[in-house]
Amino acid sequence: MNKILVGLLFGLILGALDGATAAFYPETRGLVGGIMVGSSLKGMLVGLLSGWFARKVQSTMWGVLLGSALGLLFAYLVAANDVINGRHPYLEVMTPGFVVGAIVGFLTQRMGTPVAAIKGEV
Amino acid sequence: MHLSDSVLDHLRQVVALPDLTGTRYELESEIGRGGLGVVYAARDIQLNRRVALKVMDAALTGEAELIARLEHPGIVPIHETGTLPDGRIFYAMKLVAGSRLDLYLDASQSVAERLRVIRRVGEALAYAHSHGVIHRDLKPQNLLVGEFGEIYVMDWGVDRVAGTPAFRAPEPRLDQRSDIYSLGALLAFVLPRAAPPALEAISQKAMSADPTARYPDVPALLADIARFEDGLPVQAWSEPLWHRLRRFGSRNAVLLWLVAAYAAVKFLLFFLRNL
Repeated sequence: MNKILVGLLFGLILGALDGATAAFYPETRGLVGGIMVGSSLKGMLVGLLSGWFARKVQSTMWGVLLGSALGLLFAYLVAANDVINGRHPYLEVMTPGFVVGAIVGFLTQRMGTPVAAIKGEV
Repeated sequence: MHLSDSVLDHLRQVVALPDLTGTRYELESEIGRGGLGVVYAARDIQLNRRVALKVMDAALTGEAELIARLEHPGIVPIHETGTLPDGRIFYAMKLVAGSRLDLYLDASQSVAERLRVIRRVGEALAYAHSHGVIHRDLKPQNLLVGEFGEIYVMDWGVDRVAGTPAFRAPEPRLDQRSDIYSLGALLAFVLPRAAPPALEAISQKAMSADPTARYPDVPALLADIARFEDGLPVQAWSEPLWHRLRRFGSRNAVLLWLVAAYAAVKFLLFFLRNL
């Protein structure tokens, strides 16, 4: 499996799981379906870019750093466009987004076939 | 005339030195003795370079022919073979500067470095086996570590070699699996006192008294070592559950920390919200 696919897959799964935690909060329980879809798309975007990066650079440290930065950026964009109880949920969205991004970045580095190996097979 | 003991010793040594008349080599000094001959440092007068000259005790040409067939970075190349005026066979080979493995390994060497040595020896051995050559006498004294960490396997065996007891397989008729036994014994030798159980199991499997219970070939043994180095389970050992969990933990430490961080963040957010 190539690294971009790994990123997309784990971004989708982890994004969906992260979104599903909205069910723990009464104010977002009714919106959990939409939050899961949005969170999955965010995760897939982070996974896509992290996977692309992992094909170019093989470094767990840089993979984790880039994944967390992307997770933080997209979570910020989501939080900035969302208002719950009259305020933007920066803390609630950005902190888990940061960690999920780091996990996706890590997994794209550790899993999937590097480009060199793919070229070698041809 | 009365000769002192030191003079007599010197004369004995001079008489024992090989006569290189008619060859292109000039003797420098003795550098080692094996079961089948003596190795000298010599100078190749024609090419003006230093070589190692092995003079065989008996008329054995097999060893030189055997090694001359092998071209591998882990096997010292043979330049030339010949016969001395006294009928003994000699062969000239590359003079490698370095130290014997048993002298090279001290407490400061890491497990990774020790395994690198075994890997290099195994690669040379696998290559030789693929050419139908077996070593017969693999032991630390027959391994040289070069100045840049390169490993040379020396003293490739001939039929007369009986092997060294601690490293020799128990079966009377030696074959490729006997070399696997010796490689397992070598692994046990290079491992530190508190070696990981997986590596001890690899060594034990290679040293099974029953040749069929050993690894089928050298690459299979090296693959098991590679699995250990990659943090994967080895074939030679069915590890207990707690050990498997510990290995998983050390192999995936970063991932586990990240998952723990995620759980901590979620718990903190949940409890902060309820304050």
